[in-house]
Amino acid sequence: MNIVDMTATQLSAAIRAGETTAVDAAEAVLAQIKKEDKNYNCYVTVDAEGALAQAKEVQAKIEAGELTGPLAGVPVAVKDNICTEGLLTTCSSKILHNFVPTYTAEAVKNLQKAGAVILGKTNMDEFAMGSTTETSAYGPTKNPRNTDHVPGGSSGGSAAAVAAGECIYAIGSDTGGSIRQPASYCGVVGMKPTYGTVSRYGLIAYGSSLDQIGPLTKDVRDCAAVLEALSSHDAKDSTSVSREDTDFTAALVEDVKGLRIGIPNDYLGEGLDDEVRTAVLQAAAVLEKKGAVVERFDLSLVEYAIPAYYTIAAAEASSNLERFDGIKYGYRTKEYAGLHNMYKKSRSEGFGEEVKRRIMLGSFVLSSGYYDAYYLKALKVKALIKKAFDDAFAKYDLILGPVAPTTAPKLGESLADPIQMYLGDIYTIAVNLAGLPGISVPCGQDSKGLPIGLQLIGDCFQEKKLLRAAYTYQQEVSRHE
Amino acid sequence: MSKQYETVIGLEVHVELATKTKIFCGCSTAFGAAPNTQTCPVCTGMPGSLPVLNKQVLEYAIAVGLATNCDITRYAKFDRKNYFYPDNPQNYQISQLYLPICRNGGVEIETEEGGKKIVGIHEIHMEEDAGKLIHDEWEDCSLVDYNRSGVPLIEIVSEPDMRNAEEVIAYLEKLRLVIQYLGASDCKLQEGSMRADVNLSVRKMGAEAFGTRTEMKNLNSFKAITRAIEGETERQIDLLEAGESVVQETRRWDDAREKSYAMRSKEDAQDYRYFPDPDLTPISVSEEMLQEIRERQPEFRTEKMARYREEFDIPDYDIEIITGEKPLADLFEAAVAQGAQPKKVSNWIMGETLRLMKEREVDASDLRFSPENLAKLIALTEAKQINSSVAKEVFEVMFEENVDPERYVEEKGLKTVNDEGALKKTIEEVIAANPQSVEDYRNGKEKAIGFLVGQTMKAMKGKADPGAVNQMLREFLQN
Amino acid sequence: MTNIISDETIEYVGILAKLELSAEEKEQAKSDMGRMLDYIDKLGELDTADVEPMSHVFPVENVFREDVVTNGDERERLLSNAPQEKDGMFVVPKTFE
Repeated sequence: MNIVDMTATQLSAAIRAGETTAVDAAEAVLAQIKKEDKNYNCYVTVDAEGALAQAKEVQAKIEAGELTGPLAGVPVAVKDNICTEGLLTTCSSKILHNFVPTYTAEAVKNLQKAGAVILGKTNMDEFAMGSTTETSAYGPTKNPRNTDHVPGGSSGGSAAAVAAGECIYAIGSDTGGSIRQPASYCGVVGMKPTYGTVSRYGLIAYGSSLDQIGPLTKDVRDCAAVLEALSSHDAKDSTSVSREDTDFTAALVEDVKGLRIGIPNDYLGEGLDDEVRTAVLQAAAVLEKKGAVVERFDLSLVEYAIPAYYTIAAAEASSNLERFDGIKYGYRTKEYAGLHNMYKKSRSEGFGEEVKRRIMLGSFVLSSGYYDAYYLKALKVKALIKKAFDDAFAKYDLILGPVAPTTAPKLGESLADPIQMYLGDIYTIAVNLAGLPGISVPCGQDSKGLPIGLQLIGDCFQEKKLLRAAYTYQQEVSRHE
Repeated sequence: MSKQYETVIGLEVHVELATKTKIFCGCSTAFGAAPNTQTCPVCTGMPGSLPVLNKQVLEYAIAVGLATNCDITRYAKFDRKNYFYPDNPQNYQISQLYLPICRNGGVEIETEEGGKKIVGIHEIHMEEDAGKLIHDEWEDCSLVDYNRSGVPLIEIVSEPDMRNAEEVIAYLEKLRLVIQYLGASDCKLQEGSMRADVNLSVRKMGAEAFGTRTEMKNLNSFKAITRAIEGETERQIDLLEAGESVVQETRRWDDAREKSYAMRSKEDAQDYRYFPDPDLTPISVSEEMLQEIRERQPEFRTEKMARYREEFDIPDYDIEIITGEKPLADLFEAAVAQGAQPKKVSNWIMGETLRLMKEREVDASDLRFSPENLAKLIALTEAKQINSSVAKEVFEVMFEENVDPERYVEEKGLKTVNDEGALKKTIEEVIAANPQSVEDYRNGKEKAIGFLVGQTMKAMKGKADPGAVNQMLREFLQN
Repeated sequence: MTNIISDETIEYVGILAKLELSAEEKEQAKSDMGRMLDYIDKLGELDTADVEPMSHVFPVENVFREDVVTNGDERERLLSNAPQEKDGMFVVPKTFE
């Protein structure tokens, strides 16, 4: 079997068995990047030299028996908004075109402890603001399944790299669907954990109360293994949660008997593509056949999630992105007259259109006289949405639905109408508002051959239920392929 | 004319807390380090960094709140205050607006007329300090040092309860003492560990509504505060008398020119877009936490004064001065605990210590000598091992370098010579060398003995006990 | 569009956000922001009079660190990304009048 087609679990087993080495694996994947990335543009930065050096070190530790886990020696791609010491980290923005972090994000450190080999940094929507990876200052990423289409976003580079064999697995960040939606468009598995499960220390913030780092992998087994490595209680992140149940691979059991699954009618209504609906309902039928109890119900408030989300995310982003001012790091304009002109020119030249749009909106909704009407109102609606999920989880173990209303749109079709683009986040966004875990698993393709994703949503801290159901589904489907 | 107006003053007092580390990261707060050497990703606003609250900051803030009769907010939060300025690396300051840690307090001050008055405290909140901007004369630019960025502050916001500069000073003195006694800060106005912004308005005598107020910044001494209050009162009255109106604005006091200047610019919208900081969790103050802090509250000044009157036989005036600076009271008590007689310790503090502090412009909190060494010095004098002028000389060295007086006296050979033979020989020499003075003494001129004592002391290089010299001289001259 | 954004508002928000928009960008921003606010106004349909605003999803409280120095001198690293530095400090346009 070709290394670039392997899962992390398979590859690490092969390395442990001496069938290949971490260095051979890194070389194989780097060769694939060299061959394919001109077609897809998954990466902003590839660190071939660094990857080979890490691979050598890791190989020695594997041989010494110090590293035995499923990620040891496996090459990984990291989204470019996650800090890596000594390795360019741009958020796909001009304003950070030359920023080299002086420290490594906690999540990446956790992967390194598990023996990961970091290949480089993947392309994304600028500052994670977008759903197509077209707002990157370094050019769009293309969908490896069909290069006329977008890979989704904002973790589009990570999802595409997994799909193209340009890494064995990747990590991304999810603020309103930014892992799940590109996973769905590229036909890979993507998961957003419960808020607080993975440390945000070193993740360059977009919407701090919504952001979570998570895995993008080839299958559910890898997803569990990567999440297990990523999770930790980090004293440097005040919002980090101390959990004892992070042995997620223990949940890889083929059993959904009696599992109560609710499908919100609100997730199957207007705007949902027929082929997507059919594929998702077929997936539900598979789980039902395996013994799950599947029901339809009304979740309510679904149409309010997007306006609440964009208010909160834009407000937090407007503040989070104030630090990019041309003084301490990043882009500074060439000519300016005085301090404030320097700020304005550096920021206006350094940020792209979508980022500026959200900063302007966020500054406005927080400004004097509007705070209560917009920001506070959105926080109250957030409380109502959380309550709606609480009610749902009183009846169901899991919620099942589509990830996105359609399959991947064509390149260049989405940015013209921002609100239309925002509407594409309708099934993923509420999950972030309520802090819930959600997973996207491939469930077929449309008539154009584009992948469709199934979304499973769990109550807070119920990742194991999600993984068990997703694993059961994937095992069942793979037997019939 | 000014008699027809009343000045209304409220203060915003920033106090730097005496923690070892910054409010949201593990960087040192020590003063005087080279620029930017006490920084990390958190306090320099590096992308991806996150704040975690220093528990000591919360405890100090609560302790100050309890000592100033505030209600402690049981569910408090941090908010972001957004504004662009280079000393503020994130371009937002983490502060508290919606749920500050303390509210509704007040302290009692003595007014000029000898009465008492409560100055209300509207709220106390926790926040982070900004970095330092240094003007570079050569290149016409500014330089930023983030060592102070993230140093913890509390801001104490008073009610508009003060009416003149004297009340303002009395209020500040009161706060300074309370906070010093708590050990929460050294409260030095000059060094900026205590800073006051003055909100001031004027209104016609007897009017109920407040006038439009201005906020004055950059006041770093009691004198500057007094002058600024007088200057701003006058400016506002002049405006009103000329039929103009006062503009609500922030003004910068230039103490050298004794004038204030408006700090307004178009880029400075003063719309801070406060919202709860999503990176920090709420603070829930439990009854247990409050109780623990209450139990740790120290003896405050009034209690201490009462105890001193009870325990020590020293004058009221001394008690007033010594308890007026926490470091002096600490010094006094520690020296007494070493076995020194309270009255002697008090004398050393009231005399030489205060004199040298004034002469050398040293703050009580910067005194270098230890109470142990002061006690030793007193013991040496008591045992007549050194005389009082040697003691003063040794004290001056101690004041500068905290030397051990026993060792110092030994090394420098300053001990009183108790060798009677040596003294006898010196006196004989002095008598032989000064026949005129001997003659004068014998003729009844008492003064002459003083001269002879002086000559003997000089010959002994000061190491004799002047009492003993006097006595022996008289014995010699009687024969 | 029910939310009409004036030139003054765009100018003011530009000052707050430290963004300088071209004439064309301003027109676009006015229309974008107006449309977004129209959309956000949908939240007004919900009665939230008795609802507590929710900033944090979980009741995580009292996360503190002890007052212990853990960081050393990192100046070199700190300044390694600075667009302009002098004497161990960041250089900015002059801030004093």
